Amino acid sequence: MYFLKLVLRNTLRHKLRTGLTVLGIFVAILAFGLLRTVVEAWFAGSENASTTRLITRNSISLVFPLPITYGGRIRQVDGVNHVSHANWFGGVYVSEKNFFPQFAVDAATYLPLYPEYRIPAEDMKAFLLDRKGCVVGRKLATQYGFKTGDVVPLRGTIFPGTWEFVVRAIYDGADAKTDTSQFFFHWDYLNETLKKTVPRRANTVGVYIVGIDQSSRAAAVSGAIDQMFRNSLAETLTETEKAFQLGFVAMTEAIVVAIQVVSFLVIFIIMAVMANTMAMTARERLAEYATMKALGFGPARLMVLIFGESLAIALAGAVAGIFATFPVAQWFAAKLGTLFPVFGVSRDTVIMQLAAAVLVGVVAALFPGLRAARLRIVDGLRNIG
Amino acid sequence: MANTPLVEIRHLFKSYRRGGQVVPVLHDLSFNIAEGEFLALMGPSGSGKSTLLNLIAGIDKPDSGELLIGAEDISRFSESELADWRAANIGFIFQFYNLMPVLTAFENIELPLLLTGLGRRDRRERVQLALEMVSLTDRATHYPAELSGGQQQRVAIARAIISDPLLIVADEPTGDLDRVSAGDILGLLERLNREMGKTIVMVTHDQRAAERAHIIKQLEKGELAETAVRAVAV
Repeated sequence: MYFLKLVLRNTLRHKLRTGLTVLGIFVAILAFGLLRTVVEAWFAGSENASTTRLITRNSISLVFPLPITYGGRIRQVDGVNHVSHANWFGGVYVSEKNFFPQFAVDAATYLPLYPEYRIPAEDMKAFLLDRKGCVVGRKLATQYGFKTGDVVPLRGTIFPGTWEFVVRAIYDGADAKTDTSQFFFHWDYLNETLKKTVPRRANTVGVYIVGIDQSSRAAAVSGAIDQMFRNSLAETLTETEKAFQLGFVAMTEAIVVAIQVVSFLVIFIIMAVMANTMAMTARERLAEYATMKALGFGPARLMVLIFGESLAIALAGAVAGIFATFPVAQWFAAKLGTLFPVFGVSRDTVIMQLAAAVLVGVVAALFPGLRAARLRIVDGLRNIG
Repeated sequence: MANTPLVEIRHLFKSYRRGGQVVPVLHDLSFNIAEGEFLALMGPSGSGKSTLLNLIAGIDKPDSGELLIGAEDISRFSESELADWRAANIGFIFQFYNLMPVLTAFENIELPLLLTGLGRRDRRERVQLALEMVSLTDRATHYPAELSGGQQQRVAIARAIISDPLLIVADEPTGDLDRVSAGDILGLLERLNREMGKTIVMVTHDQRAAERAHIIKQLEKGELAETAVRAVAV
C-alpha cells in the first residue's frame, strides 16, 4: 500500500510531463487499435469463410466465365452435396462512390448455402416470386435507407444498361462478423436480359459455390472438380472459400503490410518517447534512490518503484486509448460506408492494445530500473545539492 | 560512558580510480569508537573523512583492512547483506536531509520501518514518538518543501532513530543550516547521545559543531593526524 502510494505520487510529481506522456500513449494506442481494426477488417471475409464451401472459377482468371452446364456435372462429384452459382455484377448506384458488392445469384440454391444470412420467411418468399426482386444486407439498407418495396436502379458497368430492382427482403447477419453490406438479385433476370442484348455472354456464370459434406475432404473434392474439366475450353480452379477470399487480400497485400508496419512503428515511437521520459525521471531521482538504498532498500524494491511508475503511465494512456477506440472506430466505419463489410474493434485488438501498453511500460522502465539497481550509493548521493 | 568498542577499524585502506589513476584516500587507518560515543571527524577537503564515514556506514567498501561494527566484520558482507545490516543498525543524517519530496514528514520517518515487518499500528506509534522527540508533531502531514531547513533536518533525525539503530552517522548535518537551526540540530544530537545512549559519528567542517562531540579526530591526507577529547559532564 505504502509503495503503491509512493508510485502514484511519483507518477504525479511532474504533472505536465506525465500528462503529455499519457497523452502520447493515448494517441499511440488509439492509432494502433484503429490500424489493427483496419487490418482485421481486411481479413474479415476470409476469417468468416465457411470450411464446407468451395469456390470454382475459371483457372485463367476470375474475369473469364464458366458455362452454366458445369453445375450439373459438379453436383455429381463425390462429396458434393450442394451447388450454386453467382455473377459479380459491378453496378453503380447513383454515383461511383456508392460502392457495394452486387451478385446475380441462383436464389433457390444460393441462399441455403449461406445460413448466416437471416431472411424472414415471408420476405424470402416474396423475393423468390419476383424476377426483379433483390435482397439487401442490413448495413447496406441502413446506409442508403433502402426499405422493402423500394426500387433500386443500378447502372451496369460489366453488363451495360440501367437495371431496376425491387427490394423484397433485408437480411441480417447471424453474428456481428457476418457481412451485411451485399446486394443479391436473380441470376435468371440477368441471364434472360443477356440472351436478348448480348447473347454470347448468356448462360455463363462467374463462380460456382460448392457445398461439401466434410471440410476434411475439401482438397480431394477440389481436385476431382478441376480434374473433370481438364483440357476443356474453360478449365477450372477450385479452392476453399477462405483461400478464394485471401486471393483478393493478396492483391492488396502491400497495403496491408504497410498498415501493419505503421501500427507497430507507432508503438515503437511511443516506446522511445516513454523510455526517454523514464530515463529523465530516474536521472533526476538518483539521490533519492541512493538514499533509499542507504536506508536498506534493495535493488528489487527500487525496480518495483520505477516499473510501477512506468506501467502506471502506460496503462493510464492505454485505458483511455482503448475506450476511445470504440467510438472512433464507429465513426470511422460510418465514414467508410460499405468499403469494409465488417469493421469493429475485436477482443483480440483490445488485448493487443493492452499488451502493447504493458510492453511500452516495461521496456521504458528497463534501462532506468537497471541503472537504479546498479547505482553505487556514494555516487548517487553526490547528485544532491 | 562505556568503553566497549562498537566500531573497530584495523589497517583500513581505501583508494579511488580517477582517469586511470589510483588516488589513495585512506591509508592504514586504525582506531576504535566506543559504544555511546559522540565522535566528530574533521579535516580539510579530500582528507578522507566522508569516505571513512561511508565505510563505517556500510555504503562503501574498503580496499583492505578490517572494519568491525558490533563484532561483525562488515567489509566481508555482500551487497544484500550490507543492505539488511544498514537497515537494522545505521541511522543516516545527511547534509541536504535527503527526504523523499513526495512523502509527508510522517511518511518519511516511517520509511525505514517498512523494512522491519512491523504492523501499521506499531509503525504509527513509533513515528508519533519520534515526531514528539524532534518536536514536530504539528508538522506530521507537511511535505518537505513546506518545512524549513532545520525542520527538514529534524525529520531526517527522526527517520535516523526510528528503527533504533546501533550507530548514527551524520555527514555535515549543519552544513546547510543557519546558526540557530544548526544549534538546535546539534542540541538534538547531544540529547540522542546523552539520553538515549546513541553512538554518533559526525563529519563536519564547523569547529563549533565539532566541539559538541566528546572526541574530535582530525584526518589529513587519509591518516589520523590528531585526537582531542572534550570533558563531558555526566
